[in-house]
Amino acid sequence: MNYLDLVQILDSTIRLSTPLLFACLAGLFSERSGVFDIGLEGKILISAFFSAAVAALTGSVWLGLGAGIAASVVFALIHGLASITFRGDQLISGVAINFLAAGMTVLIAQDWFAQGGRTPQLSGSARFSSIDLPFADALRDVPLLGPLYAEALSGHTILVYAGLLAVPLTWYVLFRTRFGLRLRAVGENPGAVDTAGVSVVRLRYAAVLICGVLCGMAGSYLATGLAASFTQNMSAGRGFIALAALIFAKWRPWYALGACLLFGLLQAISNRYSSIDLVVIEIPNAFVLALPYILTVVILAGFVGKATPPRAGGEPYVKER
Amino acid sequence: MTAPAIELKGISKAFGPVQANKDIAIRVMPGTIHGIIGENGAGKSTLMSILYGFYKADKGEIFIRGQKTEIPDSQAAIAAGIGMVFQHFKLVQNFTVLENIVLGAEEGAFLKTSLGKARKLLKELSEEYELHVDPDAKIEDLGVGMQQRVEILKALYRRADILILDEPTGVLTPAEADHLFRILEGLKREGKTIILITHKLREIMETTDTVSVMRRGEMTATVKTSETSPQELAELMVGREVLLRVEKKPATPGDVVLEVENLKVVDGSGVERLRGISLKVRAGEILGICGVAGNGQSELLEVLGGMRVGTGKVTVNGQQIDLTGTKSDARTRRKRGIAHVPEDRQTEGLIMDFFAWENVGFGYHDDPRYQNGLMMDNNALREDAEAKIKKFDVRPANCWLTAKNFSGGNQQKLVIARELERNPDLLLVGQPTRGVDIGAIEFIHEQIVALRDAGKAVLLVSVELDEILSLSDRIAVIFDGRIMGERLPSETDERELGLMMAGITDTDKDHSVKDIEANLAKAGGGSR
Amino acid sequence: MDKLPKWADVALIPAINLVLALIVSGVVVTFIGQDPFEALAIMVKGAVGSTYGWGYTLYYATNFIFTGLAVAIAFHARLFNIGGEGQAQLGSLGVALVCLSVPWPHWTLALPAAIVGGALFGAAWAAIPAYLQAKRGSHIVITTIMFNFIASALLVYLLVSALKAPGMAPESIRFPEGARLPTAREVFGFIGIDFARTPMNVSFVVALLACWGLWLLLWRTRLGYEIRAFGHSERAAVYAGISPVRITMIAMLISGALAGLMAVNAVMGEQERLLQDNVLGAGFVGIAVALMGRSHPVGVFIAAVLFGALYQGGAELEFETSVPREMIVVIQALVILFTGALDGMVRGPLEKMFLRFRKRPAPGVAAE
Repeated sequence: MNYLDLVQILDSTIRLSTPLLFACLAGLFSERSGVFDIGLEGKILISAFFSAAVAALTGSVWLGLGAGIAASVVFALIHGLASITFRGDQLISGVAINFLAAGMTVLIAQDWFAQGGRTPQLSGSARFSSIDLPFADALRDVPLLGPLYAEALSGHTILVYAGLLAVPLTWYVLFRTRFGLRLRAVGENPGAVDTAGVSVVRLRYAAVLICGVLCGMAGSYLATGLAASFTQNMSAGRGFIALAALIFAKWRPWYALGACLLFGLLQAISNRYSSIDLVVIEIPNAFVLALPYILTVVILAGFVGKATPPRAGGEPYVKER
Repeated sequence: MTAPAIELKGISKAFGPVQANKDIAIRVMPGTIHGIIGENGAGKSTLMSILYGFYKADKGEIFIRGQKTEIPDSQAAIAAGIGMVFQHFKLVQNFTVLENIVLGAEEGAFLKTSLGKARKLLKELSEEYELHVDPDAKIEDLGVGMQQRVEILKALYRRADILILDEPTGVLTPAEADHLFRILEGLKREGKTIILITHKLREIMETTDTVSVMRRGEMTATVKTSETSPQELAELMVGREVLLRVEKKPATPGDVVLEVENLKVVDGSGVERLRGISLKVRAGEILGICGVAGNGQSELLEVLGGMRVGTGKVTVNGQQIDLTGTKSDARTRRKRGIAHVPEDRQTEGLIMDFFAWENVGFGYHDDPRYQNGLMMDNNALREDAEAKIKKFDVRPANCWLTAKNFSGGNQQKLVIARELERNPDLLLVGQPTRGVDIGAIEFIHEQIVALRDAGKAVLLVSVELDEILSLSDRIAVIFDGRIMGERLPSETDERELGLMMAGITDTDKDHSVKDIEANLAKAGGGSR
Repeated sequence: MDKLPKWADVALIPAINLVLALIVSGVVVTFIGQDPFEALAIMVKGAVGSTYGWGYTLYYATNFIFTGLAVAIAFHARLFNIGGEGQAQLGSLGVALVCLSVPWPHWTLALPAAIVGGALFGAAWAAIPAYLQAKRGSHIVITTIMFNFIASALLVYLLVSALKAPGMAPESIRFPEGARLPTAREVFGFIGIDFARTPMNVSFVVALLACWGLWLLLWRTRLGYEIRAFGHSERAAVYAGISPVRITMIAMLISGALAGLMAVNAVMGEQERLLQDNVLGAGFVGIAVALMGRSHPVGVFIAAVLFGALYQGGAELEFETSVPREMIVVIQALVILFTGALDGMVRGPLEKMFLRFRKRPAPGVAAE
């Protein structure tokens, strides 16, 4: 493996991390407000489909993005309705949403395009074009850092950079604004927020909506950036990896970036090599793919630091005297 | 004539078939302290929840300073100048004091300016009302008394001029409670109106200007405090003459049944909750343990009842019991003749969704009488349950009702029936009358005394000093996981016990609230 | 206080939820250009209109009974085992290893061995999340999800390495003839009834026995009493001397074992070889089945048959119209949504209705 290989792996790490990052931040908003969301997967999938479908039909990737976000938000609202308004089980609602997306996407894809549950290939303005960062060409020949900047960092679509910017933005919103204070409070003790005269329901809906928008961007990037069409079940567990990353990151924005990059790297490695030969032992590809899940279990087991979720997470809020 | 600060007219509220408030009328003048007293379930909390916008009244009108006011939510209540200090504090544990105070009353979308302004105002408020608290301390590091102060500051920060306090002294030592009442006096002098909800007659007599009594959802009387007596209020609360003391013969203690030596308990987060307890309970006597909630009395009951592990030496009838190993569970304790009426019947003593008959076997479900080979003999259990329900007059006497369908008193009777009918050598009993109506209180007290008279040992834990004083034959005071000392009920009073509960041994001297608080803080008396 | 009579809680609410799910499904079917009533007719006919339909319906139902019971017992201990899928995958491995390791002379010997193998492997896969939940408080929902993915990676790996049969496909060799389970056609043929050729096999009887066994366990034994008590209140369980660690472990081991037993039907009874995915989502259907069946073995049985019919009917629907099989997944999602998550939507108004109903005979309460 030479340096250019490494740069290429980093390049694909960034691309593969992006949907994870959006979804992870989505989960962060939702769970920080006390609404557990194992339906990230479903929201990514439904957004991926509507992004690709609308982009294919209109030829505009921006309309596709809008449709993807809208679809994801609708699903987020279903989750909100079940877990906030009707105080249902948040985990079960998440499970239902994943299935709903898995079924609906194929059903509608078949009805609209009759291509066995796919959308047509996207090209031209139906996909996001890559953006060259300033001086990418000029710096390409600088040793070591040049290729890293020009190949790995530059040349991604706008959503990748949006994802990276979303990290500091999330941090700022969460820890430096009124909304963030209330959001964190409602995930820890909704009673405190309620008696302070702030609506728990409205706050949680806001969080769930943000979650929908971010998942929409994850799905949209998946179908129009990473791939060039929608295929059946194309989210392939990314929502769950994002959930794992969220736990790994202990519900914090910057840690989330780190976790998503790590899990993206694992995917990049397993995409590139069928197995990794470490002289003494050969690591099968399947193991590398399973590594995010294994790492998450290790974290959850508390062997490496303790991950404490928001205190009121998963519990519907009922006013009490 | 000035308009009343609060006037309620014809407030009614029903939950299904239960009439929680019925045609309530009340007038509270500004600059006064008004008490509302009533038994558990009398409807006090419902009324206050209506005032704070948690529930909407079915009927009736609310006037604030003479203005008819709708209070559909807490925001409206805050806007009307109402502040509420709940029994269970509404604070975010991992936020700072300042963040908690600002929450919901921020100025602008960005925190920096809000927190800066709040810090200044907080400083002024705490100096004005002697409510000192560190704005940057995390709530989880503060003691209960301090947390309550944060709640009051929260209300004042929102410019409340009507302050409602719901059972504010439940978690405080008598000295802390006295300090709270001095703060309330100060607020009153500033022209604030205070509504104090409590079931403690003494507090009403000592602090309020006027008092309203509630019984079964109705306001039975409103009187000037100076023109009434505790006896009269108690009768108004219950609706008949009440026996405030328990009738019992002097104890005739026999051999030592329970002997505890240097018992220590460390909780899940590594905090030492019991720091070496030693005590003895003899056959035929009741040892009462009193202390401020959170000083280890719950842990003491739990470790003796087999609900948590500990170290040290505990013997029952001379035989040592296992405190850490495989035989340290509650099942083994029961086999050793230890019965346990837990502090919280709803989450510990009963399974609320189980039938009454299933609950009568709870904890004794491996009793050979209830077995039929590999299966359980449900018929045998049911017959036994029916007998016990009859004997202890549990109402309704229907063993096919789930536990949640019984009133607090009857739930407690189910637990008492189950535990006492085992004829234990040692009874552990925690908060036997919490949330129980007065009629059932008398019955339960009689049962405990009867068990003592039958020559059994009883270890009683209660936060009600009255109950401790009237039931116990000896009293041990617990503070910060240690026994501060023992007293005979005839030779002590609430004042002395109160000081001991705050960790002060030289009870002859005068002690300032500051000392007491310093002591309690030293004990790490963090909220639990 | 009980707000609803028991029959409403047990039967009326699930029925209303199911109807709501079907109505929304009907809307979806209409949206993709089909007549929902025609679609329903095709599905019903396909599922129960012939012995062929019944055979497939009950074959699928057998899978769902096992996975549904698995979710149900965990629910009773207030554990949400979302890992039925992975446990069933491991159960497949266990059944396959049993069937492949011995040249079985007769199915009556192979079946008990396969039951043990499937149950053991399924239980083992549930054991780690159970242990982590019991001892370290790791959220079992997340760990079991993670274990589903790990299980699937494990099977993928094994079927390209150690267990791979010669050839291109990632699958094991066929099981020996002596490990073949009698099908419904053979059993019914024995008593002279002509039953169509379907994968339904004697595992169905095993599933019925499992229902009965679980009922006995939950309501007639001390262990069941303890599991239910623990599920209602952990602190109360400790008070009664019931060990939370023990109950969490036992409930999850039984749950994993039941999920693993699914493989007896799917792997031994139908595929007769190990594939990368023998479970095909049945682990998740178990969630819907347990929710609809209110975690009661009888309810689980009824819901499983309903879902079996849905799966078979859905297959017929795809065959006869342009509605793809995924319609089933949508219906399943809607059932989970309405019975599990949106329960309060139906329950709330219903409780009010019954309260008003009850209020009337009570004297002394003023009418509006």
